Amino acid sequence: MSELRELSPGRLAWLRFRRHRLAMIAAGVLVVLYLLAMFCEFMSPYTPQQRNARAINAPPMDIRFFDAEGQFHLRPFVYDLELTINPDTWMREYEENTSIAYPIRFFARGEPYEFWGLFEADRHLFSVDPDGSGYIHWFGTDSLGRDMYSRVLYGARVSLSIGVVGVGLTLFLGVLLGGFAGYLGGMFDSAVQRMTEVLQSIPTLPLWMALSAALPAAWSPITTYFGVTIILSLFGWTTLARQVRGRFLAMREEDFVIAARLIGANDTRVIFRHMLPSFTSHIITTATLAVPAMILGETALSFLGIGLRAPVVSWGVLLQQAQNYQVIVMTPWLLLPGAFIVITVIAFNLLGDGLRDAADPYSSLREQ
Amino acid sequence: MSESLLSIKNLSVEFKTELGKVNALNEVSFDVPRNSITAVVGESGSGKSVTSNAILRLLPDTAQISGEIILNPQGEDPLNITSLDERDPRMQNLRGGLVSMVFQEPMTALSPVHRIGDQVAEAVLCHRDVSPEVAMAEAATMLEQVGLTEVDKKIRMYPFEFSGGMRQRVVIAMALICHPQLLICDEPTTALDVTIQAEILVLIKSLQRKLNNSVLFITHDLGVVAQIADRVVVMYDGQVMESGSVRQVLKNPQHPYTRHLLASIPGAVTDSGSQLHAANWSDGAPIGAGTFLADAEEGRQVREFSQ
Amino acid sequence: MRKYVLRRLLGMIPTLAIISILVFTVIQLPEGDIVTSTLDRLSATGVDLSDERIQNLRAQYNLDQPLFVQYLAWIGNFITGDMGFSYLYAQPVNELVWERLGYTLLITVCALLFTWLLALPIGIYSAVRQYSIADYGFTTIGLIGLATPNFLIALILMYLGYTWFGLSFGGLFSPEFLNTPWSWARFVDMLAHLWIPVVVIGTSGMAITMRLMRANLLDELKKPYVITARAKGVPPLKLLLKYPVRIAINPFISTIGLLLPALLSGEAIVGVVLNLPTTGPLLVQSLITQDMYLAGSLIMLLSVLTVVGMLLSDLLLAWVDPRVRYERA
Repeated sequence: MSELRELSPGRLAWLRFRRHRLAMIAAGVLVVLYLLAMFCEFMSPYTPQQRNARAINAPPMDIRFFDAEGQFHLRPFVYDLELTINPDTWMREYEENTSIAYPIRFFARGEPYEFWGLFEADRHLFSVDPDGSGYIHWFGTDSLGRDMYSRVLYGARVSLSIGVVGVGLTLFLGVLLGGFAGYLGGMFDSAVQRMTEVLQSIPTLPLWMALSAALPAAWSPITTYFGVTIILSLFGWTTLARQVRGRFLAMREEDFVIAARLIGANDTRVIFRHMLPSFTSHIITTATLAVPAMILGETALSFLGIGLRAPVVSWGVLLQQAQNYQVIVMTPWLLLPGAFIVITVIAFNLLGDGLRDAADPYSSLREQ
Repeated sequence: MSESLLSIKNLSVEFKTELGKVNALNEVSFDVPRNSITAVVGESGSGKSVTSNAILRLLPDTAQISGEIILNPQGEDPLNITSLDERDPRMQNLRGGLVSMVFQEPMTALSPVHRIGDQVAEAVLCHRDVSPEVAMAEAATMLEQVGLTEVDKKIRMYPFEFSGGMRQRVVIAMALICHPQLLICDEPTTALDVTIQAEILVLIKSLQRKLNNSVLFITHDLGVVAQIADRVVVMYDGQVMESGSVRQVLKNPQHPYTRHLLASIPGAVTDSGSQLHAANWSDGAPIGAGTFLADAEEGRQVREFSQ
Repeated sequence: MRKYVLRRLLGMIPTLAIISILVFTVIQLPEGDIVTSTLDRLSATGVDLSDERIQNLRAQYNLDQPLFVQYLAWIGNFITGDMGFSYLYAQPVNELVWERLGYTLLITVCALLFTWLLALPIGIYSAVRQYSIADYGFTTIGLIGLATPNFLIALILMYLGYTWFGLSFGGLFSPEFLNTPWSWARFVDMLAHLWIPVVVIGTSGMAITMRLMRANLLDELKKPYVITARAKGVPPLKLLLKYPVRIAINPFISTIGLLLPALLSGEAIVGVVLNLPTTGPLLVQSLITQDMYLAGSLIMLLSVLTVVGMLLSDLLLAWVDPRVRYERA
């Protein structure tokens, strides 16, 4: 009882968030993922379209510190893969060739790339000997001998950014339409309400599919990217709009809003200066929880072949290779992008939960 | 049968919270005699509701109870409520059978999706082995006793179709249907309109006379105490300030806090009341909902008491 | 009540009208129209039509009319049951969709029931034993289910099925029953296949249902009527099920309407992966090949299904919750 400290709301929110250990971990995971995606050219040992004819459909290679004789090496290495044909099944199989080791070099020179389209570079975070004889594919390769790890990172750039850009658009639409509907009421409100109802009663995926399919095939990858993002947000704003509208309806009658109006603030000012800030935290939380839906949407569309298309690399496009079970059984590592999707979505959900609890001034510090 | 129906001895309750332990009740002791109405009076946060909830063991899991609550029911063995286990069959008999409760909020104390008749009859079915039809008939009789008209129609209605006063009558009927020896009323009139308040008070008093049971009446309103109670217990900050017969306590308050409480009733004048400050009657009062030290605070208190 | 039903039924009409306009717009989006794409196809096989034939074709499909006339013709035909002609399958859309729609509905309803039968009890348990190990465990499983795209679950199931049991999943029937008439054996065979899509689609809704049930029940458990019931001596388990659970379940009836679009979406993609004879694969095919009559009809039918599902769930809610009935009567 003795130590009743006085804490600012922001400080309390931060304390509550920090108590959320899972949310902290999730935030860390997301930071790592986004860094990997941002600097994917540097982080990945290869470029996404680079083919390795000596390792087609190769399984993930183990990164080792101990060699076949059990001797420890400070510098990790991978063993060469040797292609064998299984005499029973006539399948291509790879075996480790322990006589050839490729030590891993950090900050090694490799395939040149254009970093962010700004300057040329050829340094990679890690690679094997740059003379071209060795290779490292610790996520395996696909049917064209392309490095899955590099492709996952390049795919992350597209999939992760689509989530954020899409949610940005969703927020814009949701707050704008929901805000004005709740604030102005009347005809505009009814129209938005009706629209929300209609959009929520159409199965989203089929409609997304129809719209994406309508994107001209001739569009450049970047245009298609934005096309798909807009399609995803076009139907995502309804939930947020409903929430914002509800809050605005309630808040419209509150004293501080009436006071602002009495001193002559116009509608836009009242909405954006007085009403919106009072539930920004709520909006941030909703936005965080909306990102996964976007990522999953993009993945689903690309997986079906009607969203982003090769040569664009996204997690959905990568998974498209694994559409039938023969492929999955032969090369299960092609499902690895799926693991990244799962981790990302879980992380966003945990982060959103943490933010929600932190933003709620009535949530107790005791509950984790 | 000289002993009291209920005697509370050194009852302490602590709540575990994120800021450490909070002491809600501190060594509370008082008796509830048979065939009478005992009022517990005190401001918000004084621990009167905690006391009443402790008697039925309705406190949340975060509460730690120590001390004794002894119930001496007529025709049954005495019962130490604080030592009862939640799964003990005597607990079922206690709740709604020997002791029952009327709550503050009649608007939410009833389940919104069950019919009135079913909710009242359920109390019978929980305690006696009778058919649903019998239980329903008893419920109808009881509802008539608490002053509902057209009971045949009303038992098939839902709570949201009732007014606050009617709902509170239903809650009282539900509490009394198994003829409990002790009826706890936790501020049963606070949420009601003034005219309805009076009706409910009259109802509780007349039913007490008719059924010869005891009532423990929780309130913050000394006016209500004067109107209804035989005995009164004054509580502040989890402690009993003083107790005695209503006449004795109201006419000749011993404790400074009681005098202060009396003084805060608008229109009532005592010689020393308005000059009193909390520090005079309780040293080192901890910060809590019940503290009032400054004059500005007194205004709030007065408003609260005169509601 | 009857008035409420009638009002809701009438309320469906504008919703469906707006949806149909939306769908029509979407199927108009791709460049060119049916006639030009037919011409492309025909000229690819070396056939060239005369200008007069082309004009006739355009007239036949009302393509020479303004857009709203085209829309009216389309929706008019749709209502009377004529959904146009699929170029992909060279069949009237009518003959293609109904059986598939039936399977879609079957799988979706089963998935909904599966979700509820599993998620509601778990949600109740999690709320009652808040912060227990089991509570955390269920939350974790639910979260993973929520985060894993439907098609990925299907793919993983296929992989595990093959590597562990040597089974190849997919389809709704074993090859020997594929084109046989309905019989008891065929029905049993279908059930043996049906559970896979049902589990896969149901899993995604599991987490949200569990969490909602847990949150709803935690809210209800704090309400005074629960204490009232405790105070009158209702035994704990009976109390839990009769009061808070009963009330916490009510909102779920209305979430059928919200869950249904998600389940239908899930079905669309799982149908493709598992190669089911449902609307999903048909829709994907029709969209990829721009068989827009087929695509439009499918989306429209799925929307009608959702709107009707929402209506039913609202009516069900009014039926079980007296408060709703009272408000809306």
